[in-house]
Amino acid sequence: MIRLIALFLILALPAKAEEIVLGLSRDEVAITATFEGSEILIFGAIKRDAPPDADGDLGVIVTVAGPDRPVTVRKKDRRLGIWINTDAVDVDVAPTFYAVATNRPLEEILTFTEDLNTRVSMQRAIRSVGATVEDAESFTDALIRIRSEQGLYQTLPTGVLVQEEALFRTLIPLPANLTEGDYKAEIYLTRGREIIDFYVTTIPVKKVGLERWLYNLAHDNPFLYGLMSLSIAIAAGWGASAAFSVFRR
Amino acid sequence: MQIYLPIAEVSVNIFLLLGLGGIVGVLSGMFGVGGGFLMTPLLFFIGIPPAVAVATEANQIVASSFSGVLAHLKRKTVDLRMGTVLLIGGLVGSGFGIILFNYLKSLGQVELLVQLCYVVFLGMIGSLMFIESLKAIRNASKPGGAVPKRRKHNWVHNLPFKMKFRVSGLYISVIPPLLVGVLVGILAAIMGVGGGFIMVPAMIYLLGMPTKVVVGTSLFQIIFVTAFTTMLHATTNFTVDVVLAVLLLVGGVIGAQIGTRIGVKMKAEQLRIWLAIMVLAVCGKLAFDLLVMPAELYSLGTGGH
Repeated sequence: MIRLIALFLILALPAKAEEIVLGLSRDEVAITATFEGSEILIFGAIKRDAPPDADGDLGVIVTVAGPDRPVTVRKKDRRLGIWINTDAVDVDVAPTFYAVATNRPLEEILTFTEDLNTRVSMQRAIRSVGATVEDAESFTDALIRIRSEQGLYQTLPTGVLVQEEALFRTLIPLPANLTEGDYKAEIYLTRGREIIDFYVTTIPVKKVGLERWLYNLAHDNPFLYGLMSLSIAIAAGWGASAAFSVFRR
Repeated sequence: MQIYLPIAEVSVNIFLLLGLGGIVGVLSGMFGVGGGFLMTPLLFFIGIPPAVAVATEANQIVASSFSGVLAHLKRKTVDLRMGTVLLIGGLVGSGFGIILFNYLKSLGQVELLVQLCYVVFLGMIGSLMFIESLKAIRNASKPGGAVPKRRKHNWVHNLPFKMKFRVSGLYISVIPPLLVGVLVGILAAIMGVGGGFIMVPAMIYLLGMPTKVVVGTSLFQIIFVTAFTTMLHATTNFTVDVVLAVLLLVGGVIGAQIGTRIGVKMKAEQLRIWLAIMVLAVCGKLAFDLLVMPAELYSLGTGGH
């Protein structure tokens, strides 16, 4: 919601001197049985009516966000000699995937206020409301750390390549453990750390073929799916037994 | 070669899964354990979400136990009568176990309870078996020393409702096997395993069944308990990943066949001592995890406590 309001505010800006023209290497990401991760090439050009102004450096920010899912972050502590979960924080807004690529370190091309409004940086994109434990920050830090290790959260401070202040491109790697859903790609153009233009598009990530069929069956017809799983198990057990007795003869 | 699992939503190496299935299958055929107590932690380790690992593992155990039982049936080493009595107790027990599990889940800390259950039971059973089989081996190797008769006449033999179990060569009351079944069923539901590693020693030491019959009978019972668990997980949590199950069971059923053949060639005491060592190793690993400061203090769970 806050993002949306922020976008409207930006929309209300006076006539733009510079605009984004965007291209994507693919319209959607299909998860097949042999899916090993993928990558999206996001590229584009900056359209201008006049030669670029000299006031302030050009910044290009590209973010790709997966669907939001709430997450519980638990912390272990030593009690009676053993390590057990003691505190927990519910993170209400946590994208399942988040990549932020920039042509220069984010703080050099975006003001703190603009970041607050647009929630571009990793720290702003993840929020927990109403945490009752002390030091809730360390829980969101842990979330970022764990997901970064899994390749789900990425900060790419020099991930965007800008050529002659007119063309830009970035390659966002997608890990194999992606969650299905609409991935939102946002591109921000900044001058002097203020946003001057932005562009939003969605990239659907979905399972296809056998993966799709099994997933649907498991959720729409769980009893049948359970019976099918059991039949496969029994058949495989019998098959192996039969095969081995033939083998021994 | 990587494969994407539709329910677990992760991508894993096919050969890793086939290999894991194979190793656990061999152990399953040799000892008559489902192998769940080994496989489930291994699946966590390679990054399968815990809920999916537990549910899918149940499905995989159905396959490996079925394959193992067929091999034992041919050799007439399954006491179907005893198996049925244990199974009746087992289903009642797992019903209780699931109620208990959900109650503890509402209190939080269910994960800790499962781990403590593993450590306590694996530790107890492992050390008992280890000491006992070591004694048996020592006695057997003594020149001229007679092997002590294990089937002693104890309180178990004085209970009412006696029944003849011909394959096991026993004439005992049905109460002890029923109780063993219930107890194993409760633990199986809480720990998310078939319960073979508890069932096998209980049958040997509590009921006095011959080791050769114990393995087949335990596998027979495990098939039904795990099939029940699979259906429960599939219909309530949607966490059975059939692709993962197929990959594990292809390795598993082949492994179980090999394991059964190895098991027949080994001496009963040797078989028991190896099972004891394996049980103690898993127990040690789990205890170590509880006692030593973890590298990552934080963990992620799905939303809501």
